[in-house]
Amino acid sequence: MDFEYTEEEQAFRQEVRDFLDENLTAANRRDANFMANWLKKVREKRWVGFSWPKEVGGGGGNIMQQVILKEEMASRKAPPLGTCMMGLAWVGPAIIQYGTEEQKQRFIPDILDSKYHWCTGYSEPNVGSDLASLQCKAVREGDFYIVNGTKIWTSLAPFASWISLLVRTSSNPESKHEGITALLVKMDSPGIEVRPIEIMAGGAVFAQVFFDEVKVPVDNRLGEEGNGWKVTISSLANERSSIGEVTAMYEKLERLKELVRKSRKNGKPARDDVGIRRQIAVFEARIEAMRLNGFRYLTKQIKREPLSSETSVNKLHRANLEVEMTDFAVELLGQSGLQLRDQEGAVDGGSWATAALSWPDVAICGGTPNIQKNIIAERILGLPKD
Amino acid sequence: MNFGFNEEQELLRDQVRRFLDTNCPLSKVREIMKEPEGFSRQLWQQMGELGWLGLVIPPDYGGVGLSWVDLTVILEETGRSLYPSPFISHSIAASTLAETATDSQQKRWLTDLASGDSIASLAILDDDGPPNADNITLVGTGNGKSFMLNGEKRLVPDAGLADLFIVAFREGTSNGKIALAVVERDQQGVSVTGTGTMDQTKRTGSVKLDNVTADETSLLHCDSDTIVRLLDKGVVAVTAEIIGAAEAALDMTTNYAKERIQFDSPIGRYQSVKHRLAEIYLDIESFKSLLYYAAWTVDESPGELSRSASLAKAYASQAFAQIGIDSVHLHGAIGYTAEYDIQLYLKRSKWARPMYGDTDYHYERVATLGEL
Ligand SMILES: Cc1cc2nc3c(=O)[nH]c(=O)nc-3n(C[C@H](O)[C@H](O)[C@H](O)COP(=O)(O)OP(=O)(O)OC[C@H]3O[C@@H](n4cnc5c(N)ncnc54)[C@H](O)[C@@H]3O)c2cc1C
Repeated sequence: MDFEYTEEEQAFRQEVRDFLDENLTAANRRDANFMANWLKKVREKRWVGFSWPKEVGGGGGNIMQQVILKEEMASRKAPPLGTCMMGLAWVGPAIIQYGTEEQKQRFIPDILDSKYHWCTGYSEPNVGSDLASLQCKAVREGDFYIVNGTKIWTSLAPFASWISLLVRTSSNPESKHEGITALLVKMDSPGIEVRPIEIMAGGAVFAQVFFDEVKVPVDNRLGEEGNGWKVTISSLANERSSIGEVTAMYEKLERLKELVRKSRKNGKPARDDVGIRRQIAVFEARIEAMRLNGFRYLTKQIKREPLSSETSVNKLHRANLEVEMTDFAVELLGQSGLQLRDQEGAVDGGSWATAALSWPDVAICGGTPNIQKNIIAERILGLPKD
Repeated sequence: MNFGFNEEQELLRDQVRRFLDTNCPLSKVREIMKEPEGFSRQLWQQMGELGWLGLVIPPDYGGVGLSWVDLTVILEETGRSLYPSPFISHSIAASTLAETATDSQQKRWLTDLASGDSIASLAILDDDGPPNADNITLVGTGNGKSFMLNGEKRLVPDAGLADLFIVAFREGTSNGKIALAVVERDQQGVSVTGTGTMDQTKRTGSVKLDNVTADETSLLHCDSDTIVRLLDKGVVAVTAEIIGAAEAALDMTTNYAKERIQFDSPIGRYQSVKHRLAEIYLDIESFKSLLYYAAWTVDESPGELSRSASLAKAYASQAFAQIGIDSVHLHGAIGYTAEYDIQLYLKRSKWARPMYGDTDYHYERVATLGEL
């Protein structure tokens, strides 16, 4: 075991730090053009799409460099490396892996430059965890697919120019995973309607999208017809340390401790309360476990040992922590924890109250805790499917 | 960056695993448990010959001179096998002597400890109570070079088997400076009793000291950090054994859940069963990572040892206690029987919980170290 970084890795870390020192000054952050400048500069650095191959315009960063970049960015609370979140996280990697040359040239540079937003249309009103049962339908007619059906909980749909869509092109009663096809669809295509959906914390982050006889050129199919399941679930070899999330969790823990230091419980300083001290330590143990689990999985990845579904462990930890830590803060604050951002007397700008209403972002999106437990039980422990 | 074991460590694990599978399967553990001493000298000698009793003892004194990460590999396996022996106490004592004894003292004791000809344990704490200096009040009166020790150390792990003890005492009065000395079992004024625990594979006892001499030949170097470090090694060792034992309990229960049919289906298909097993997997993965890091800090980053050892033990002893209960529960009535092995792990989980501090103690220490 060693936790040392090679000279090259240290030099890279220093490069990132120097860059952040220079570009994340308080004065810079106040500048009206801050975001635009930031995006331009990280793009010049080739840190956007850092894990993507250089041929497509990515950074070609190796696994350890990805870890270092994420860790440094998270610990300085740097803004995201691009505004095209879905494109960078999901659509881009799928296009790189399964797209045609023409598709790569058409889409990847725009994603890297965050020219417009993408969204991902997988879930449907009747299809959530059991995604492979999806029903939204596409029929081939000449050089087009005609799409009919609906998608829901589609994040960013109200702002997106393109949607990466999973549709059913054929049904096989034997295997629901077959007959699914991935299409890249322009959001202003005739026949698409977007109805924003408000979330409990306020604002509309996702929407329902309706497709009525929408014509999609065959050139916009990603991968083979019927191969959409594979196209969606496989992603490029991103590093698997969860370092970005862990760094953010540690930062949240520090803020939680600050809150404890200045709060009172039952008329006494909260920091003297046994239950509160214990709970904070429990959070710390679970966050540290996530950090170290991540390093173990990363080590396996570097040694090219087979990885199973171990990363479900950290996903579960994160979902639980997200719910419990924000709830703990709001409970500690008592009635003062109830004011949201724009309400008078809001503590810490209402951030705890808002967070306590926002955990589904982490806990439901991308596989609920129950589904993660099924994955561990079935794929790792080999228990029968339910 | 490499948070994993190297090839030699993997080989060591295979070797220990094969040795214990052959020589100490659970049927053998049960035989040993029934012996009055609860211990097999023969197995112990074999462990000595293989170099494992002197793993952390320097080569100059008959040991192998390896690290606590290597020791962790063995402890995970002794834990998995529920190997009944003073291996934990012995290893901590050996490691402490290697760090605090003079050359001539090391020559005198460590060679026999490495071979297994002699067994060492720890008489640090007075009694049940916090695993720290507050629980050391036994007094040695004397002049700084030689002391007379009087009093009793209760709950000394493996007392009945040990030939020598590292004893902690206070110089002059019960709040004097803490000192450490080696006391041999056959020294004048020493009386030892050994006794069993609910976990028949783990033993404890007491050591009474009646005008026992500790002089320059037996006093060890002891500064403000020595006791903390010694006890933190105990935390690491117990938690390393927890990993193996918890994994064995999970394996046994998972296999049972695949085979046992009720309502026309393996019980492992029901989510209240399979999700609980998934949570157990998550907990073991997590305290395993915490413990591996703590074991690494013993030699490589001592300043981080206390926090990381506490995080690991706090998480592990609470999780393991529930794993013990749930493993029996998920077996139904057969799990309640003496004949079926799962109960042995429940008992082990009860034993491990208070050893070197329970979950409450360690979370409180984490909070304090984290400036709360
Ligand atoms: C903030 C947010 C953003 C999202 N963004 C997108 C997006 O951009 N694109 C997109 O396609 N989707 C998106 N989703 C949808 C998300 O992927 C689904 O919500 C998720 O897969 C769960 O599906 P569901 O909501 O239909 O719940 P269901 O699958 O109906 O589950 C309901 C409950 O039943 C449980 N459950 C279901 N099956 C089982 C089982 N086999 N065993 C035990 N329990 C079970 C679940 O754990 C859950 O608690 C988003 C969701 C959220 C919350």
